[in-house]
Amino acid sequence: MLVYVLRRLVVTIPVLIAATFFTFVLVDVSGDPLQELRFAVPPVPEETIQARAEQLYLDRPTIERYWLWLTGVGNTRGDIGILQGKWGPSTQGAMDIGQEISERFIITLRLVGAATLFALGLAVVTGVISAVKQYSITDNVLTFFGFLGLAMPTFWLAALIKEAGIWANQNLGTNFATIGATSPLYYRMEGWEAFMDVVLHLVLPTLTLMLTGYAAISRYQRASMLEVLNSDYIRLARAKGLRNRVVMRRHALRTALIPVVTLAALTVSAALTGAVITETVFRWRGLGTFLTQSIAEYDAFAVMAFLVISGVLVVGANLVADLLYGVLDPRIRYD
Amino acid sequence: MTELERPDVGLEAGQTLAPRSAEAITTEERTQLQMIVKRFLRHKVAVASLVMFVLIVLFAFAGPLVWKYDHTINRQIPSDQPPSWDHPFGTTRAGQDVMGQVMRGTQQTLKVGFLVALLATGIGATWGAIAGFYRGRVDAIMMRIVDVIIVIPILVVVLVLAGFTRGTTWFSVALIIGLFGWTSTARVVRGMVLSLREQEFVEASRAMGAGDGRIIFRHLLPNTAGVIIVDATLVIASAILVEAALSFLGFGIQIPDTSLGLLIQNAQTAVFTRPWLFYIPGFFVILIVLTINFIGDGLRDALDPRQQMVRR
Amino acid sequence: MVTDPWPDTDVLLTVEDLTVEFPTDDGVVQAVRGVSYELRRGEVLGIVGESGSGKSVSSLAVMGLLPKTARISGSAKLQGRELLGLSDAELSKVRGNKIAMIFQDPLTSLSPVYTIGYQLAEAVLAHRDVPKEKAWDRAVELLDIVGIPNPEQRANSYPHELSGGMRQRVVIAIAMANDPDVIIADEPTTALDVTVQAQVMEALNNARQETGAAMVLITHDLGVVAGTVDRICVMYAGKLVETGDVDQVFYGPRMPYTLGLLGSLPRLDATRSHRLTPIVGTPPSLVNLPSGCPFSPRCPIVQPICIQEEPELFSVGVDGQLAACHFHERLIGAQPVDLFPPTTIDEELAASYEEAGAHDDAAHEETT
Repeated sequence: MLVYVLRRLVVTIPVLIAATFFTFVLVDVSGDPLQELRFAVPPVPEETIQARAEQLYLDRPTIERYWLWLTGVGNTRGDIGILQGKWGPSTQGAMDIGQEISERFIITLRLVGAATLFALGLAVVTGVISAVKQYSITDNVLTFFGFLGLAMPTFWLAALIKEAGIWANQNLGTNFATIGATSPLYYRMEGWEAFMDVVLHLVLPTLTLMLTGYAAISRYQRASMLEVLNSDYIRLARAKGLRNRVVMRRHALRTALIPVVTLAALTVSAALTGAVITETVFRWRGLGTFLTQSIAEYDAFAVMAFLVISGVLVVGANLVADLLYGVLDPRIRYD
Repeated sequence: MTELERPDVGLEAGQTLAPRSAEAITTEERTQLQMIVKRFLRHKVAVASLVMFVLIVLFAFAGPLVWKYDHTINRQIPSDQPPSWDHPFGTTRAGQDVMGQVMRGTQQTLKVGFLVALLATGIGATWGAIAGFYRGRVDAIMMRIVDVIIVIPILVVVLVLAGFTRGTTWFSVALIIGLFGWTSTARVVRGMVLSLREQEFVEASRAMGAGDGRIIFRHLLPNTAGVIIVDATLVIASAILVEAALSFLGFGIQIPDTSLGLLIQNAQTAVFTRPWLFYIPGFFVILIVLTINFIGDGLRDALDPRQQMVRR
Repeated sequence: MVTDPWPDTDVLLTVEDLTVEFPTDDGVVQAVRGVSYELRRGEVLGIVGESGSGKSVSSLAVMGLLPKTARISGSAKLQGRELLGLSDAELSKVRGNKIAMIFQDPLTSLSPVYTIGYQLAEAVLAHRDVPKEKAWDRAVELLDIVGIPNPEQRANSYPHELSGGMRQRVVIAIAMANDPDVIIADEPTTALDVTVQAQVMEALNNARQETGAAMVLITHDLGVVAGTVDRICVMYAGKLVETGDVDQVFYGPRMPYTLGLLGSLPRLDATRSHRLTPIVGTPPSLVNLPSGCPFSPRCPIVQPICIQEEPELFSVGVDGQLAACHFHERLIGAQPVDLFPPTTIDEELAASYEEAGAHDDAAHEETT
């Protein structure tokens, strides 16, 4: 098993690096971070612009910049080099990218984790019910809502849920947390109170992501379950004299859940995208808003930092899913 | 040993022993296209969606030609009006007719969707066909490249590129999305080509002297048409959602032009105070994507020859 | 007085006028149209027919394993007790216990995520309240009976680790697990290689002897049927068209379809004069059945009455042989070649073999 993990890493790490390279080039080619400086009125002195360019390593060719960004080798200032744990200089004033990332990472991770979990859960439940009651009204209703969830823009639902939360707070006396990942006084909270604060703030955004994200997986689960239900071994299990409930639980469900595991990576990817949007709507201080903010400021290194983290998350989820798949399905063995 | 007398089984003299084929009695002849159309028409939801979609396209492209207001600010328009006969979708605070806005926004959104589908199909199908046809090294490298692109969520890469280039016309947005949106098509076409190339007609073509290009483009790709069409509907739907998200975040189509995503962004806080500004554009996005998905579903069933005959 | 739901009768399974229909987008598929047969204790009944004849569907209906969309009518009684319409709870007590079934494709019949020992023990535990270890021991014992080597080790294997023949034997073992009174084998050898077929048929026979069960053997392969069954039912287009003692039907068929089937059988011991007589055409669509006798479009002796009136099962010959043909009397003593045109042969090739044969005979005569 360990050998398999190592082998997979050997394959996926180059892919990850290639992805970072390709985005780096994209970022480099598409925008000039110094644009505003160059066109500023009153005009900024050339030396200032030059100094800024040096600070941001913009005076080097792209390949060299990438090399520096990745390894930091050949650099005297010591502020760059991912593999050394340095994220590079930011265009956003005195911001330390590393610092920002570490603070925001946990916040986004909570959202992505909760969203993935609940979306998967809802997907499995609705998919299985739909399959077992194929073509019934329940199936049609669930399928329709699934389609609706697929068609609904995340940002639209997020805005709707947020405003609904505010309205409910004003008119129904509820206490939905609609802004931010935590309350302003969070830093003073401890233990249970702090935990509950986090949870309450997670409710609305997670609900949003769950409703828009479950549909695709639900259809997949439904198809998987249907395939299993129509298989010969289910028929044999019944022919053995097992009760329907036992057949469902022990044979059908167990086997039908396996392929869904492989979708975990896709779910994480979708949850990340969703996080970017919901963090904007609910005004969270997470990696999502970090991304949009950095793009607006032409902060190339900050954007790269985000991409590295999201890439690692997606690839990691992929790996975990594969391993899990091997554990659940005895036909796959990694030796 | 004497021969047993042959019994008289009643075969009349001269009766030919060539009875009618059972099939001739019970089935009609149909061409493949007719069968596909017939199967599609069985899906009432898909057909209704197709009708709805056509109506939306007419609304978006023919609408502005007949409707008196466009999406710009007009001083004669009263502001903040809920839907009325004069302004069926209401008006904005700044004095714009929402119907004109939605028409324009839908038009831009649809244009992006179609262009992306075109690009994705063009790039993706070619990519996938080449990879599937040549297999081996070529396939491995090409699919690795696809893997690299997929690592980054499409919205993220589009955001970055659109944000850095400040590409704000529908055309540039569509280009950007199309540049990265072809990966699913490539995978799907590659899968089909991998199985198709094993069939005899490939051997036959080669025996008749057809070169690789000819085989790929004249023989293999046409057979993947069904799969491509279904995938294209998915691509359009997802492209529309990406464009909307892009506009919502402020990196896509911007003022003075408009898009459905932009309209929703402007209406974020008005959900309960001026709901027509929020719900109508949202409704349009949902309707467009919904109908496209249903049509794609219907197409998939219609094109799949392994249809099971179980009735609901 | 408490009546025993399972009295000890001689006739175990009585199927009467069984009809199964499936509504589909293209119309109603009449898969089984009024089939009746009986199965007695200790006998082997063969049900023979092409794909689509309804032979599998009728047995699945008896076991209650058809999808919910199926419309079933008629009667199927096990030892006098009606099976059709029983609830899932009731039927579960019967399945795997009194009646067991073996399916066609061993590759897909077993669950891929559980070991074969587990699946066997599960069959035992479904009907007997015994501790798990005892069930496992019984599983190993069953594996031994069906001839799987190293049963203790093998019990921990997964189905994908076994060959097709071994998997089918596991399925047979599962069927045997609770000593059923009836075993229904639905095309048990169709998906297997010829050499493996013999092994599986032997395992099946052993199972029958071990359990003393009566067996229904469903197949399209007449060869499989010949050596094994006592009585035979021939099905076509959802109906029984001939039934009787296996010898009666084989040597004295009285329905053109049966004759055609027998004539289509290639035989290894055939002489050059014995030629194949295939039946032209294909079985009818079960959605759009032709009027009258369903075999009429392909029947060489078809007459107007055949198209007007579907023949019932007439009593022919002796000992309960039945045949559904208006002209069964004309078929007494008939051979397949009398009805169906034999396959054409290459005259020159046949002539060259004749010569070679004569040459060999001559050479052979010289040496003796």
